[in-house]
Amino acid sequence: MKFVDTSKVSKSQGFIKYGVLIMSVFFISVGIYRNEVKIVLQKAINICLECIGIG
Amino acid sequence: MDKRRITQIIAAITTNANINGFLKGTIYKGNTKKICVPGLNCYSCPGAMGSCPIGSLQAAIGTVKYDFSFYIVGLMSLFGVIFGRFICGWLCPFGLIQDLLHKIHSKKIKVNEKVNNVLKYLKYVILALFVILLPMFLVNEFGISPPYFCEYICPAGTLEGGIPLVLMNASLRGSLGYLFGWKIIVLSSIVVASIFIYRPFCRYLCPLGAFYALFNKMSFYKYEVDKNKCTNCGACVHKCKINIEVYKNPNSAECIRCGECVKICPAKAIKKGFNFRTSCSARHSKKDVGA
Repeated sequence: MKFVDTSKVSKSQGFIKYGVLIMSVFFISVGIYRNEVKIVLQKAINICLECIGIG
Repeated sequence: MDKRRITQIIAAITTNANINGFLKGTIYKGNTKKICVPGLNCYSCPGAMGSCPIGSLQAAIGTVKYDFSFYIVGLMSLFGVIFGRFICGWLCPFGLIQDLLHKIHSKKIKVNEKVNNVLKYLKYVILALFVILLPMFLVNEFGISPPYFCEYICPAGTLEGGIPLVLMNASLRGSLGYLFGWKIIVLSSIVVASIFIYRPFCRYLCPLGAFYALFNKMSFYKYEVDKNKCTNCGACVHKCKINIEVYKNPNSAECIRCGECVKICPAKAIKKGFNFRTSCSARHSKKDVGA
């Protein structure tokens, strides 16, 4: 049985998903190291007046 | 009730499990809010247990400290590369709301192909402009910018956060102005449109959907068409509410993986699932490989 990808994704693109996966984990690690999590938490635990339409 | 609907409901309840918030008109302040949920779910919703990725991205970009958020982009890419737009179809609470609205008995409108082909790019413009560029460059004298998408467009924030909080808090009710009116108009338009058109917000406006769309062709979760079985009957195209030619392009950026095409295919030629191989995988006909 022969196999080809109908979405025209080449063999090299098959590796891209693993590249993106590794890059994502690397980005998350860099973000944690830069203390970006604190900004996310600060924003999320206070009512975002802009988000709810009060401004 | 089918498997997708059950998954959507469980996802919506899990991401909005803070019942106390709905009872008291407050929001959850725990540590789980350090993590973004995969779908569009306002972190100012009284029930929200996690953060909204789009809101968090704007918040991080809009600070003096950072111009780019590795953490949020990393998380969104991780969700995107694993699931693609499966998240839109199965896990997003606002997607569930639109699905339920579309269940209301009415005449359904299939968007003209030409109009659809233009409008589908609008969500990418919104992602680039309102979520990235404006928060990056349109800053105040302190170098801080508001979350432009949340402030002027996001209907999820109005529905999940604005309305319940305003109903429960007299102090917030006293602060209402033109902006809230504008956001109610946006929300109402999307609610009404969702009754007649399938998922208008996801297809044309959602920046998170636009981001995940970039991953649909490469994500681990994939659709594959077995060309040995496919008879090109077009049943999948006819069934698709988003006008995708599934048998030609099963991993279209627009596909939210609702799975209707998989169910309807008389030849059972469409397969779905995770593909961890790096090589090509979908079966091709003997004719197409010249055998």
